[in-house]
Amino acid sequence: MEDKILLAHGSGGKLSHDLVKQNFVPLFDNTFLNKLDDSAVFELKGRLAFTTDSYVVNPIFFPGGDIGKLAVCGTVNDLSMSGAVPKYLSIALIIEEGLLLSDLKRIMGSIKKAAQEAGVKIVTGDTKVVNKGSADKLFINSAGVGVIPSSVDISGSNARVGDKVILSGSIGDHGIAVISQREGLQFSSSVKSDCAPLNKLVAEMLDSGVEIRCLRDPTRGGLASTLNEFAESSKVGIRIEEETLPVHEGVQAACELLGFDPLYVANEGKLVAVVAAKGAEKVVEAMRLNKYGKEAAIIGEVVSEHPGRVILKTRMGASRIVDMLVGEQLPRIC
Amino acid sequence: MKFINEFRDAELGKSLIARIRQRSTKPARLMEFCGSHTVSIAKHGLRQLLPPTITMLSGPGCPVCVTASADLDKAIALAKLPGVIITTFGDMIKVPASRSSLQQVKAEGGDVRIVYSTLDALKIAQSNSSKSVIFIGVGFETTAPTVAASVLQAAQQGIDNYYVLSLHKLCPPVVKALLDSGEVKIDGIVCPGHVSVIIGSHPYEFIPRDYGIACVISGFEPLDILQCVDMLVAQIESGQPRVEIAYRRGVKPEGNKIALELMDKVFEVCDGNWRGIGVVPGSGLRLRKEYQRYDAEHNFEIRLGEPIEPKGCICGDVLRAVKTPLDCKLFRKVCNPEHPVGPCMVSSEGTCAAYFQYGEGYGR
Amino acid sequence: MCLAIPAKVKSIDGVEAEVEVGGVSRKASIMLTPEARVGDYVLLHTGYAINVIDEEEAQETLKIFQEIAEAEDRDSPTKFT
Repeated sequence: MEDKILLAHGSGGKLSHDLVKQNFVPLFDNTFLNKLDDSAVFELKGRLAFTTDSYVVNPIFFPGGDIGKLAVCGTVNDLSMSGAVPKYLSIALIIEEGLLLSDLKRIMGSIKKAAQEAGVKIVTGDTKVVNKGSADKLFINSAGVGVIPSSVDISGSNARVGDKVILSGSIGDHGIAVISQREGLQFSSSVKSDCAPLNKLVAEMLDSGVEIRCLRDPTRGGLASTLNEFAESSKVGIRIEEETLPVHEGVQAACELLGFDPLYVANEGKLVAVVAAKGAEKVVEAMRLNKYGKEAAIIGEVVSEHPGRVILKTRMGASRIVDMLVGEQLPRIC
Repeated sequence: MKFINEFRDAELGKSLIARIRQRSTKPARLMEFCGSHTVSIAKHGLRQLLPPTITMLSGPGCPVCVTASADLDKAIALAKLPGVIITTFGDMIKVPASRSSLQQVKAEGGDVRIVYSTLDALKIAQSNSSKSVIFIGVGFETTAPTVAASVLQAAQQGIDNYYVLSLHKLCPPVVKALLDSGEVKIDGIVCPGHVSVIIGSHPYEFIPRDYGIACVISGFEPLDILQCVDMLVAQIESGQPRVEIAYRRGVKPEGNKIALELMDKVFEVCDGNWRGIGVVPGSGLRLRKEYQRYDAEHNFEIRLGEPIEPKGCICGDVLRAVKTPLDCKLFRKVCNPEHPVGPCMVSSEGTCAAYFQYGEGYGR
Repeated sequence: MCLAIPAKVKSIDGVEAEVEVGGVSRKASIMLTPEARVGDYVLLHTGYAINVIDEEEAQETLKIFQEIAEAEDRDSPTKFT
């Protein structure tokens, strides 16, 4: 009989204490966590970026990652999108009673691996266990803090007419990888989630010396929603070309099968940047040297026409609006 | 992807467009019957590329959009029954019925599951033998044979907790009803490619014969649609309407005989209730008596209230191509994909949803 | 209507086939197309193959498009050969 997480593991008593002390602390092994104080205490100088996100992905294991990896990368990326160097993360678990201990350990292992790759420390955490049915296997909240270098000024409202729009790589991989596992839609494919920490990629982009005006990772709502956010915040128009959008064949096929549009499918290891036109090629070159930016490409530009709107030039030569995702993409038949 | 990418070639598309522009001198009002055509046209921006002589109108070819409130109310009532698992295609769950939607029932605790195929629904039935699994059968002649196949499979494999609520509809009768109403002047019809894979080309022959309207059966990629428009223009310019198959890699004149046989074995024709159009005789399908044990309507007792259609919504006019979404007072302002009023906006293939999503008419 | 996409038949087991499109594999029923063979392309709709794609016709159609393109090239007044 496999070991399972019980309600007692979250109650703060011996079982809780043991779970944390025997499994989590040695795994992350840092001076903050080892103290097991109520808070992690540290000093940070400069402008700080602070973010939080909760992760409720279903299923918790998917091709290319799991909820643990997502919890680290998602938060690291949110910090990176402000130009911050991510430093410290918290991990709070809400576990549904009955989750296999082996699954939990596997996820904690993913968290460790992702944190190591990103160069961040998990300095504080929390564990709660709820009754069966009160959570879907495991929910994770992670908050993060980072330091923004003084020269950096990145915001969704900074885009200027003439700027170029850069995408770091293929779109739709994460969303398709996750949905391929859902009951009722099962299909096997080679599509893997692109879940990855992008802080080093961002650092290299900033090092290029080119003015980076906007940065965002197109997660829920996909590339389309992110571009619309920029257009709206900066009060500019954005034009992109369908021909330039990198979409892997497996993603394209799954989208065709289910009636999805890759423009609206979530990504967890990609970023969209708006940069000054004359430096755009240089930034793309720098990105292509990083393993998470190999397929980086200029996909469009910022224009003065149709402020607040994103227009796509289709393969056939026509132009059409790309709106924000409203509601949810549902697999369609007809 | 084979048989997809080649039919999206931009250079070949440009030549087709140039040819259409050259040949089209007479005004041509073309109805694209099928929701998938509406979406493809909007997605690739084809409307913009066609000459001003050509007007593309969207018809009632979205099976989700044309499901009447009264029928959807049945699905919702079934979803509320204890011990029932509703399995449905994704497009149906948000459609507003008289008082609720499948999504709402799900949020209130009902077991409503989205499936890609009836095969998945059969699996759910097999793994939940103590529950009744009801499949909401929506779709035209493309889908009906697959649902018929699932009933036969259930019979073969002794899956006795699988049921179908048949809301299936047939295309040619509704085209006839539309043309008979005289409400819309059409010169040509872009006939639904995948429905035609099943029914072939003969069922459309009454259209040029009795109404003098051009008919070309089209595939769904941009080049397919452009080829179809080119062929419709040729028929209109020559004044010789007939039924032609542009989608030759998919459609044979006799259709898919086996699919038609299976469909006929399990279903019989009945009247169909089309949202926005009303009852169209001989345009619906119901399970035959021999398969009544799989018919959800015969095996579950449900109480229905009076069907209510949303106020101010002109989906009916849009479905009959009498008006476009741009003529609707609610379009965009009140009715949008997040807060849809009528089915044309809810279904991802609804005319209003396509217009909204791809900005058709933007700037006008 | 109805989303149906061309998929290649990889293997057949009775009325069940394994089909693949762009690296995505799914089980499909060939109850409606018992004549399908491994290597054929079928139109996949909601998990069922609804027909076997006529590859010759597909090539013919593409050929027609090519001919139209060539004719347009010749007739286009702005081209210089």
